[in-house]
Order: sequence, then C-alpha cells, then structure tokens
Amino acid sequence: MPLRRKLADLVALLFAMAATLFGLIWLVWILWTTLAEGAAAITPALFTQMTPPPGSSGGLLNAFYGSAVMVLLALAIGTPLGIAAGTYLAEHGRNSRLAAVVSFLNDVLLSAPSIVIGLFVYELVVRPAGHFSGYAGALALAMILLPIVVRTTDESLRLVPNQMREAAFALGLPAWRVTSRIIYKSALSGIITGILLGLARIAGETAPLLFTALNNQFWSASIAQPLANVPVVIFQYAMSPYDEWHALAWAGALVLTTFVLGLNLMVRFFARKGSK
Amino acid sequence: MSPLPPAAPRSGAGADRLFRLVTAGAAWLVLILLGGAAASMAWGGRLAFETFGWGFVSSRDWDAVSGKFGALVPIYGTLATSIIALLIAVPVSIGIALFLTDIAPRWLRAPIGTAVELLAAIPSIIYGMWGLFVFAPFMAAHVEPWLNDRLGPLPVVGVLFTGPPIGIGLLTASIVLGIMVIPFITAVARDVFNAVPTSLKEAAVALGSTRWEILSRVTLPYTRSAIIGAIFLGLGRALGETMAVTFVLGNAHDLSASLLMPSNSIAAAIANEFTEADSELYRSSLIALAFLLFVVTFLVLSAAKLMLMRIGRTHGRTH
Repeated sequence: MPLRRKLADLVALLFAMAATLFGLIWLVWILWTTLAEGAAAITPALFTQMTPPPGSSGGLLNAFYGSAVMVLLALAIGTPLGIAAGTYLAEHGRNSRLAAVVSFLNDVLLSAPSIVIGLFVYELVVRPAGHFSGYAGALALAMILLPIVVRTTDESLRLVPNQMREAAFALGLPAWRVTSRIIYKSALSGIITGILLGLARIAGETAPLLFTALNNQFWSASIAQPLANVPVVIFQYAMSPYDEWHALAWAGALVLTTFVLGLNLMVRFFARKGSK
Repeated sequence: MSPLPPAAPRSGAGADRLFRLVTAGAAWLVLILLGGAAASMAWGGRLAFETFGWGFVSSRDWDAVSGKFGALVPIYGTLATSIIALLIAVPVSIGIALFLTDIAPRWLRAPIGTAVELLAAIPSIIYGMWGLFVFAPFMAAHVEPWLNDRLGPLPVVGVLFTGPPIGIGLLTASIVLGIMVIPFITAVARDVFNAVPTSLKEAAVALGSTRWEILSRVTLPYTRSAIIGAIFLGLGRALGETMAVTFVLGNAHDLSASLLMPSNSIAAAIANEFTEADSELYRSSLIALAFLLFVVTFLVLSAAKLMLMRIGRTHGRTH
C-alpha cells in the first residue's frame, strides 16, 4: 500500500480519536466546575431560606418551590395533550394528510427557539393579564414539553406490532378500547421515558420563563403572581456583581444539573434494561 | 330467536368518534400553536416593521433613547456565531460518529455515546455560567493573546483576530455554541453511519480500501443528504440558542469585524432587553427580531427535516 494512503488512514484515525476526546473534555470540564463551585456553596440554608437581597446570604427555597410547581403544572397540561396528539399520529390518523403535516411541524416545534415560545406566551397571557405569573411560566414550559411527548408517544405506539391490533379488533373491541386498554399498555414504558426526558428538558429551561414567570424574591405560593424559579434565579444571580449571589447561583446550578443528568441517566438505564 | 342488542356497538361507535375527535383536536393544537406563535410575533412586531420598513434589517442603529432600532448587529451576530459554531461542530461530530461506529472497541461505544448525548442534556444556563466564569477568563488569558500575536498581523484574516483579549465576544460565544450542537449532529451522523449497508463496506474492504477511504468514498457519499440534514438541524439549534450566548456575547450593539469584540445576537438581545423595554416601539422591535428568528429557524429546520426524511424513506424508517 502506498505510504500516502497509509498516512491518510492514520490521520483519519487520529482525527476521530481527537474529536471524541475534544467532545468529552468539555463535558468533564463543565461538570467538574459545577461540582467544585456548587459543592462549596451548598449549605442547609439553601433548602430552608428564601432568596436574599443583594450582598447577603440566604437560600433558594422559594425558587425550588416555584420551579417544582411550574414543572408539575406543565406536565399536567402537556402530557395528556401530547399523548393524545401522538395517538392521532400513530393510530387514528395514521397515513392521513393531517398526521403527515403535524408530524413534520411537530419536529420543527421540537427544535424551535424556546425564547420565541416565551414571547408568544407573553403576548398571549402576560400582556392581556397585565402582570407576570406562575401559570404563564407553566404554559410556556408545557409548550416546550408538548412536541417531545408527541414525538415519543408516536414512536412508541408505532413499535407495537400490528398483530396486537388485529387480535384486539378480532375480539370485537371498539377502536378506542383497543388503543386505551391494549396499545397504551404495551407502549407504556416508551411513553413514560418520553415524559421523563421532557421533564428533564423543561426543568432547566430558562429563556421561556424570563418573560412569563419572571422571578420573585419573596415567598409566594400563588401561581397568579410572579413566581421564583431556579433557572431565572441562576441567571440573575450569576450576572450580578455580588459574591454571595454567585455562590447561590453555583449551588442552584449544581442541584439543577444533578437533577437533570440524574434523570437522563436513570431513564437510559431503565430503557436499556427494558429492551433486553 | 331474539335479535342482538343493538345498543352496545352504537355506544362503542360514539365513544370511538369522541376518542378520534379528542386525539385529532390535540394534533390540530400542535398546528395552532406553531401558527399562533408565528402570527403573534408578526402582530407584535408590526409597529417596528411599519416604522422602519426594510431599514429594520439593514440599519445598525440600536438606540432606545432616540427610538431608532435597526437589527443588523444582532442579525450579524446570530449568523456569525452559528456559522463559526458549525465550522467547529461539524468535523468534530463526524469524527466522533466515525469513532463510535468503526473505531472504538464495542464495549466502549455505549458509554462514550451516552457521554456525548449528555452534552445535549446539560441545561443551556449551565453552559452560560461556565462560559462566563470559567471559559471566558480562560480565553482571555490563554487563547486570545496568542491569536492576537500569531494571527493578528496576517493580511486579510488578521482583522478577525485583533482587538482586546477580554474573553467575552463572538469567538467565545461561537465555541460554546459549537460544543452545544456537537451532540445533535453526532446523534444523527452515528445513526446513519450505522445504517450504511454492511455489504457496501465489505465490498470496499475487499477492494483494499483503508478506513479513511471507506469513510470518504462510501459512508459519506451514501449518507450525504442525512449529514446535510444534521448540519441544518445543528444550525437551527445554534440560531435560536439563547442563554449560553447571552452570558458570553457581551450585549454590545456595535458592528465589528473582529471576532474578539463583544457583539449581540437576536436571542441574546431579546433575553437581555425585553423586560427593560420601556416603549411600545422598543418592545415591538424586539418582537420583530423574534419573528425574523422564528421564520429563519423554521426554514432551516424544515430543510433539515426534508433531508432527513429522504434517507428515512430509502431505509423505510423515519427520524
């Protein structure tokens, strides 16, 4: 073999290895920074005290509460709608023109800039209401969750073998019972995987909350008011000039990253186990 | 002989219709949301479009005090950061995909694949914080002075690398953005590389091809449209990425040829300024920016989807 071809092959080999190393270095670097800075800032006060005014110490209790409320509300809105739409794409509307168009546009919505969704909810809810609110934030998060649930539901339903449908119809079951009692049951783990991955995604979303839930320095349990939440607090505190706020931002970042990556790894682990 | 009770099938049919209606309604909702978002951005931005006309996209004035808004700087910043990000991410992603499909030992493929996918799971605000507190100072201390000294004096390209090494700016934002789109391009590239028929690769091996020759003459030509689709997918992600860019781009409304200078992007301008926009025209201008971003990402992502569908059809599967 001529030397030039051997050399080209060696270069390609080294390049692929270097590229992989390059990709992994960032992961390690980012996680290490978050762990080192965040661990130093985690105190019991983080989970018992409210977000402090500039230059003093405190915790993120109200932000954790607000994030949890909005994420759960978004799940309550986005999950049933997403499963219903996914069911239409895979079952009732399969091969229809509407399903083809929705399937296409759903994928576009899946990668659409989340800041635009935030502005949309601002125009739709916040501006008419005259103030920022927790439910506007939840609505924005639900809009981000929706296409994820639609896509994964559609994909998991399509994996259900057609023989199951045929057998169920042969027993004389109406279509809605076939779907709800048999098809959902066999696609359940795939659908739950999608919901959990969607949960991990919306837990860290910041841009759509900037103009919807905004932030709230104080304890507020009402979702009709501006609601504190972890990502926006991290954003505001990290951009501030105060050291105490920076420390809190790192602590919040560590909790958020641990939650999101932990959920991702757990879902993958169980999905892999289930498919074996 | 008694006739069969007719009630049961009829009630089943009613419930069937209801079920179909509900699921179809949810499917329509996806369309309505997408259309609603576009319409609401167009409506919210109409004041800016009416006031400035085409000047809105060609003017570089962005002055809240005198009420003049031109979007040239954020548009330039968005395009420049996204394109540089792709210049970094595309070769790296193809390299990683090659490593994961052909080079790595089998036991190493799953863990490394998962690690790369985790890059996509890290919330973008974490990228932003890390970029601001760790990566930008690193760039300012180690990379940008070197670029100043080595590339700055060169003719033509030199102008890109002159300027104060402050760490915050187009180049830093582009690199962070590049890291963020690597997992998206890698995921598609790995899938389609795996889908190349083994017989094609075996034929190439039988002809004495090296690994590089298989990649460049069999794998890449065979998967070309999907790879282009993946690049467009990465581009769509990069154009709309907000938080990470907001942290490290510097929010400066100056047009500068240097990559080391602070700049702005559409998403970062909206994130930074929307809650502070105190006039109707200011707010409308930011929403008009969002409309432009939405239209461009819609076109880019649609193109990506079409390219990916093409390969899906040849393999009888979709992405």
